[in-house]
Amino acid sequence: MSIRNSLLALLLFAAHAYAESEHQALGRDAGELTQQPQWNLTITPDGRGLPVGHGTAAEGKKIFNHQCASCHGFDAIGGSAMPLVGEVGSLTSEYPEKTVNSYWPYATTLFDYIRRSMPPQAPYSLSSHQIYALCAYILSQDGIIEADVELNEVTLPQVTMPNRDGFSATNSH
Amino acid sequence: MTTPLHSRRQFLQQAALGSALVSYSLPRLAKADIDYRELLPESMTKAGGEFTNYGQPSPYEQQVIRWISANPDMPGNGVSWSPLHELQGTITPNGLHFERHHNGVPAIDPAQHQLLIDGLVDKPLVFSVDALKRYPMQSRICFIECGGNSNSSWRSQPILTAAGYAHGLVSNAEWTGIPVRLLLEEAGIKPEAKWVIAEAADGASLNVSIPLEKLMNDALLALYQNGERLRPENGYPLRLVLPGWEGIVNVKWLRQLRLSNAPAMSRDETAQYTDLMPNGSARQFSFEMASKSLITSPSQGMTLPDKPGIYQVTGLAWSGRGKITRVEVSADGGQTWVDAELQQPILSKAFTRFSLPWKWQGQYAVLQSRATDETGYIQPTREQLLKERGRHGFFHFNAIISWEVSEEGYISHVYPE
Repeated sequence: MSIRNSLLALLLFAAHAYAESEHQALGRDAGELTQQPQWNLTITPDGRGLPVGHGTAAEGKKIFNHQCASCHGFDAIGGSAMPLVGEVGSLTSEYPEKTVNSYWPYATTLFDYIRRSMPPQAPYSLSSHQIYALCAYILSQDGIIEADVELNEVTLPQVTMPNRDGFSATNSH
Repeated sequence: MTTPLHSRRQFLQQAALGSALVSYSLPRLAKADIDYRELLPESMTKAGGEFTNYGQPSPYEQQVIRWISANPDMPGNGVSWSPLHELQGTITPNGLHFERHHNGVPAIDPAQHQLLIDGLVDKPLVFSVDALKRYPMQSRICFIECGGNSNSSWRSQPILTAAGYAHGLVSNAEWTGIPVRLLLEEAGIKPEAKWVIAEAADGASLNVSIPLEKLMNDALLALYQNGERLRPENGYPLRLVLPGWEGIVNVKWLRQLRLSNAPAMSRDETAQYTDLMPNGSARQFSFEMASKSLITSPSQGMTLPDKPGIYQVTGLAWSGRGKITRVEVSADGGQTWVDAELQQPILSKAFTRFSLPWKWQGQYAVLQSRATDETGYIQPTREQLLKERGRHGFFHFNAIISWEVSEEGYISHVYPE
């Protein structure tokens, strides 16, 4: 390479080296990863992400008393942690209470949240069946579902929460 | 050639007469047997302490701490408040940046941590932390404020805790990291993508949905906080920083960004961080933190020692919509206002320090500050905010905060009539 060509190469390198957007793409192919369950935790209102499983309120009550009542209170009316049931229709009252049953717009969120964070000392320790049962127990407390309904990956997204239409998106306040 | 010297001596004598700088006279020479150890402070008569690998504040500043408020049955769920009333300037020290954790601070080995970008992309990509450290980085000084900051101000009685311990779920730092846009573009964004579901690697697997537009605009994947790697409680090894937007979407310990056509409707964007309005409906995705200010000194719990006396009224102002353009201070509960001085630099979506000397004559007073941002939005009174939002909003409280000064100089938080 002549001296002239070397200098030219150096100049080109320098120009590229200092170009603002120039960087090496270092992301690795994640085609397999994205199929794995540990990277598919979010459950959306249409039921995408729900695992196979089933449970009823009667089963859920036993699990609740064992796993949840110490913080959420027996019958889920609240303790050191939030009340989960009751107060449906209270949102326009002088003392509104935001429980799962009075405020949450989607039942699928309940499954999503229990699985990812409850009980707090041992997230992901409950089976899918247990979580469906807990959802059934909580929702049946206010008659959102009948006491004998089995919740599963098909029926849970079909539940209509009382405050389903209570939210409006905004980006100012 | 004696004249110049003489003249010079005369000049110096005249100068000494005319200038206070050299108007002292030297004492006679000290005696030879004087023991200076009896005269000097101990710090000057012995060797000092050792070097430290990582410096700590003076032991005399041990009261300058975050105040922790957590659920006793679930100690990892709670907050710690930044002691804004003890701080000056605009940068929050890393050890005092406020915290909000939903299930504790995870211990993450960066060598084991991965960031996955998937969903509505051309090719899902995974990044190691070491790979991310090779990307071009930018720095941005901005505040992060929890959507629940100042939530005690929704109560019917004013809370009597120090300014930072009621309003300090907001902090300001220089964040350094990779524009999120670079990483999303590397994966290739499909046209139907509108939202990005961000998920954390903590004990709550916290997940929230963020409009794609914000991540393409000014969001950073931050690795550094005030020049050093993120603190564990602030997201080590990776976090999102979304300038001006409520804390919850500045996801710490980030492990995944999933591009989607709709939000996930997760618990923390439905049950929490939504604003219940008087008509029973709730505002959702109210991300932008509106203009706000707080007098940090003098403030709740402090005492004015001299009467009359001159006091530096100082505090912080910030807006999630841009720069602060004006801060006014009132000493009569908002009847009359005076413009405070805004200290440089005034940065968009960052703390701006304001100050104003105040001559207190010993009278009853109510100190307030009121911020205006570059959109023209003026920080509302508490009365105005409650009229618009009702009494049960719980989140996004940004109204004027009032400090009552008694004739004895005691300062306490009040709601003015």
